[in-house]
Amino acid sequence: MSGPPLSAAELRERLWHAVIEGAEYDAVDAVNAGLDAGWDEEALLLDVVAAVQEKIGAEWAADRITVAQEHAATAINERVIAVLVHRRPQDGPDAPSRGRVTVSCVDGEWHAFPARLVAEVLRLRGWQVDYLGAQTPTPHLVAHQHRTNSDAVLLSGSISTHLPAAHAAITACQAVGVPVVAGGRAFGTDGRHARALGADAWAPDARGAAAALEAGLSRPKAVRAAVDDLPHLADQEYTMVVRSRSRLVKQVLAELESRFPAMRDYSDAQRERTAEDLVHIIDFLTTALYLDDAEVFTGFLRWTSEVLTARGVPVRSLALGLDILGEQLHDFPRALRLVHEGAAALQDGVDAAAAPGTAV
Amino acid sequence: MGDRGSYTEFSDREVVGRARRVPAPVISSPGPPAHPRVTHVRDGPSWQDAPYPVLVLGENGTVVDLNPTARQVLADRREGAPGADEVPSWLAEAHRSLTAAAGVPAKTFQVSGEIAGRFFEAHPGPFADGEVVWWLVDATGRREAEISLLDAREQAAIRAMVSSTLLSSLNVPRCAEVATQLAAEHLADAALLVLPPVGRRYPVTQALRGGSATHTSHQIDPRDVPGLAEALQGFPPVPARWIDPAALPDWVVPAGFGGAVGSVIVTPLPGHGVSAGALILLRSGTVQAFGPEEEAFTRLFAARAGAALSAARLYSEQSAITATLMRELLPPTLENVHGVDYAGRYRAASDHERIGGDFYDVHPGADASQETFVVLGDVAGKGLDAAVLTGKIRNTLHALLPLVSDHEQVLNLLNGALLSSHHTRFATIVLACVRREDDGRVRLRLTSAGHMPPLIVRADGRVEEAATHGTLVGALSSVTVQTAEEWLAPGETCLLYTDGITEARGGPLGDELFGEHRLLQALEECGGMPGEAVVERVQMLAAQWLGNGSHDDMATLAISAPRTAPPGADGSGNEHSRRTT
Repeated sequence: MSGPPLSAAELRERLWHAVIEGAEYDAVDAVNAGLDAGWDEEALLLDVVAAVQEKIGAEWAADRITVAQEHAATAINERVIAVLVHRRPQDGPDAPSRGRVTVSCVDGEWHAFPARLVAEVLRLRGWQVDYLGAQTPTPHLVAHQHRTNSDAVLLSGSISTHLPAAHAAITACQAVGVPVVAGGRAFGTDGRHARALGADAWAPDARGAAAALEAGLSRPKAVRAAVDDLPHLADQEYTMVVRSRSRLVKQVLAELESRFPAMRDYSDAQRERTAEDLVHIIDFLTTALYLDDAEVFTGFLRWTSEVLTARGVPVRSLALGLDILGEQLHDFPRALRLVHEGAAALQDGVDAAAAPGTAV
Repeated sequence: MGDRGSYTEFSDREVVGRARRVPAPVISSPGPPAHPRVTHVRDGPSWQDAPYPVLVLGENGTVVDLNPTARQVLADRREGAPGADEVPSWLAEAHRSLTAAAGVPAKTFQVSGEIAGRFFEAHPGPFADGEVVWWLVDATGRREAEISLLDAREQAAIRAMVSSTLLSSLNVPRCAEVATQLAAEHLADAALLVLPPVGRRYPVTQALRGGSATHTSHQIDPRDVPGLAEALQGFPPVPARWIDPAALPDWVVPAGFGGAVGSVIVTPLPGHGVSAGALILLRSGTVQAFGPEEEAFTRLFAARAGAALSAARLYSEQSAITATLMRELLPPTLENVHGVDYAGRYRAASDHERIGGDFYDVHPGADASQETFVVLGDVAGKGLDAAVLTGKIRNTLHALLPLVSDHEQVLNLLNGALLSSHHTRFATIVLACVRREDDGRVRLRLTSAGHMPPLIVRADGRVEEAATHGTLVGALSSVTVQTAEEWLAPGETCLLYTDGITEARGGPLGDELFGEHRLLQALEECGGMPGEAVVERVQMLAAQWLGNGSHDDMATLAISAPRTAPPGADGSGNEHSRRTT
């Protein structure tokens, strides 16, 4: 690949225009042009297709494309991957196999794209890959381990609120003797949540995942419980706040209406959006409780206020909602401290950079 | 100040300077005689009669005096080790340390050692005139008890670890790896696990101590290894037996086994009524052969490994059967057929199942000019029983394919079949006949039999309901339906779905139905999306609405007119994208 006549930037530009216009065949032509110019598949997948996918998410967050465009663009990008995959000779007798691995999303995770990239890169590097895709129930993931004797599970998560489910999946896979490599934005830009949840390795991206496998992973031996990794869970605050989520939403909504007169004129749909926002806030709050990591919550609030600002929605109601939530949580010292830190983060203004997750 | 046993009293006496006093006459007391020689002048019992060995050692560690018990102990020692120093070296060393560190309280000295095969603790008296009296307490029994307690604890820990590790996986090869590695780690220098033959070949897993396990397959005669044939045929468990290493065939000794094989043992792994395999343990010549406890542990290990392997085998057999039976019941993978895009997504009611009472199928027309037949339906109930009936309906419709252009006739034939079967369940069904016309539009003939009418997502985001309705199938003597004709322009999608979507209960308040209005709202945002993105979005919104709540089966199927045609395409699909180099 010495000096390809097409640069990564050119290819990205071409693919970006194709996917955003929903032009599947132009998109396919773009990567085929890359191949003709001497690009290898892995570099195309990671430096062009993945980069364009990242831009799709960023453009949505900035309200420059619609949800429909985001979904359509992602679907086309998936087909582009399929084309790159189809080009490869199928598993022939000379196809090397380094070993067999499972690539899966966390239960409840719908963002399958990063996992798909990992699966394809590992196949390119000679691994036999079982790709289970998005929204894989943890029982399926574990049953698959019993059926296949994988050397490792690569677990992908994009949204932090799936981390408790990820923890269940990690401990379940390890309990049947399979090491877990965790990856994706949910596990933190530095992988600290992967460590907190006891993953055997963390990979920042597809190349990192391949490197972690190539470095070799030992089979986990000791069986752990959730409380072994996260002793603070013994205070039961996580459990109790999760179980009272619906009640909390109703109470905060009622309080908001009495203190925020404009809300009384809300349509049902607007009221439902507000309720959904509260659900998101509580979900991130409980995840922060689970991990005992305030940044999960404050990061989400900073990111949300950016998204709201991009859509011209005032952040004031968010702050008011937090205040009321704090009043409802007065019996839970750890949750209350998180709410206060969240409120402080909002007060500090929109000074954040990275997004902790993508709300849909 | 360390432990507070009899020493405390002892050193207190020293402090108050009673060293020259005649010791207490009652030797059963733990109190020490401060100066044994003085007692010679007394009549009656003295320290000489003490039931413990007592020695007085002088400045150079020589014996100044000793009682008959001590004399006997040292005599035993001389017998066992002729020519050795009179005083055991450990005691002499302790005595030197004590006398060198004059002023250090005697009680800080805690020494023990072996004399003539027995284990003694030595307790010093006060240091005076360069001499010390040493009481020896025979602690052999306690020491043996402690050692065997530690051993037992270690064994128990190993057994617990072995059991939980063996039972962790239900995968036969993995289970064999674990068993072989554990056996090589705790029982022998190398271990081989021979499983019952597959055809004429025997799967063998082997591991060296500390190494990883490898799988091989050998065409062997098990009679070459004494005891192996019997173990594999599942004869009643024979006791573990030792074999002449010289008689072993080559395949038994793993590559990399250090040195000659010193001892070999073959143990059957008891299974569920049949043999689960056999374990061959190898020890090198320099390593001690097994003791009785190790043999007992080997038997226990074999029993656990056999149980684990049998459970794994049972699971893999059952899951293979399930997979085979379920293959026909799983929703099919959909793709482009004759220039029309199809996409489907299915979520079973319970997360550990993959099939349920909803189903869909796409039966391509013989060629692009023929209609493709699509069906989506929902059988009353969920779970396996409902899934079995979906299989029956799908098979019946498959057989009726030549007649599918007449929806009402097909539904009535299906109705008759369901009424005459022993199933008491009924079903709601949507049928669609699909053909792409030359102008790129797609013509649909849609018929709902008791099912929600399909929704059509126009390119501009308008959502229309297809004007079809009818009675359900399998309940009444005949079915009456109204068929609707619809057209899809490029970029438009027709969505078929089951009520698991609209009846999803949850939402931010936890107890609301997702409902048709939220589905319509969601679809209004889907104008121009590819069909697979539409079904994914609908399933995603429904799943997020549900949260962790329980739900019915949820099926969605999209029929879409592709938005962009491949250049020069003749409506025969996406060949363009399958270009090869």
